[in-house]
Amino acid sequence: MSDNTALPISLPALQAGDRAEFARLVETYSPQIYRLALKILGNAQDAEDVLQNTFLKALQSLPTFEGRSSLSTWLYRIAVNEALMLIRKHRPEVQVLAGDSDSDDDEDYIPVQFVDWTTIPEDALLSSEAVTYLDQAIQRLPPKLRLVFLLRDVEGLSIRETSEALGLTDTAVKTRLLRARLFLREQLSGYYQERLLEEKH
Amino acid sequence: MHNHFDCHDLLGSLSDYLDGEARQELCRAIETHMAECPNCRIVVDTLKKTIYLVHATAESQLPDDVRARLYKTLELTDYLK
Repeated sequence: MSDNTALPISLPALQAGDRAEFARLVETYSPQIYRLALKILGNAQDAEDVLQNTFLKALQSLPTFEGRSSLSTWLYRIAVNEALMLIRKHRPEVQVLAGDSDSDDDEDYIPVQFVDWTTIPEDALLSSEAVTYLDQAIQRLPPKLRLVFLLRDVEGLSIRETSEALGLTDTAVKTRLLRARLFLREQLSGYYQERLLEEKH
Repeated sequence: MHNHFDCHDLLGSLSDYLDGEARQELCRAIETHMAECPNCRIVVDTLKKTIYLVHATAESQLPDDVRARLYKTLELTDYLK
C-alpha cells in the first residue's frame, strides 16, 4: 500500500465531491476489489469489468451512502453484486445467494482424508504448482460457498461484515464458511498426499 | 473420523475454534477430544494450515495496465502516480 493510505478516508470529503479523496479511495481499495473479482470469476477481463463498474457505481451512490457499514464493506458489497450479475449472465442456472438449501448437503462436507501433510516444508507447500492447485480448488468451490470464503478468509472481513456484504445471516455465513474450509482442506489433502507418496518412491 | 459423538460436535464448532471465537469451555472440550482422536487432530491441524496457506498466497497486486485503465475510466488520470 502506498503512503497516502495512512490516513482514514473521509466520507464527508467524498460526498462533497473531493476528487483527490476519491482517488485515494480508488488507490486504497482497488487491489483488494480486483483480487476479489478475479477469485470470484476466475477471468481477468471479467474482473476488470467488475473493478471499473464497482468504482463507477460507488461514485454514483456516494451521495446516498449513509455510512452504516464501513467504506470497504460497502465497496465489497457493490463488487459482489457486480460479479453476481456477470455470473448470472454467463450461467443463469446458478443460484448463488439463495439461503434455503444450506442443510441439504451436509454429508458432502464430512472429512474423509486423514493424512497429516502439515509436516511438508513450507517451500514445498507453497511451490508454484501447489499455489496454482489451491487457486483451482477455490474455483471449484460452489459459488455460494466461494463468496463467503473469499470475503472472510481472503479479504479478512469479519463474520458480521461478510453477512452485511452478502445480505446473509451470520448463521448462514458461518455454515458456508465451514463447508468451504472443509472442502478446500479435502482438496489440499488429496493433493499433498500425492506429493508425500512421490517423496517416498 | 471415529464413530464417536464428539467428532461430530468438534466438526460443528471448528470455525469458531479456529477463529478464536470459541468459549474456553468449548476449547477445552475440543482439545481433550483431539488428544484422544488422531483423525480429528489431523483435521484441525490441516484445516488450520489450509487457512494459513490461503492467507499466505493472497496477493493484492493490481496490474499496472488494469490500474491505468481504471483511472482513465474514472477520469482520475491526474492522480495516477
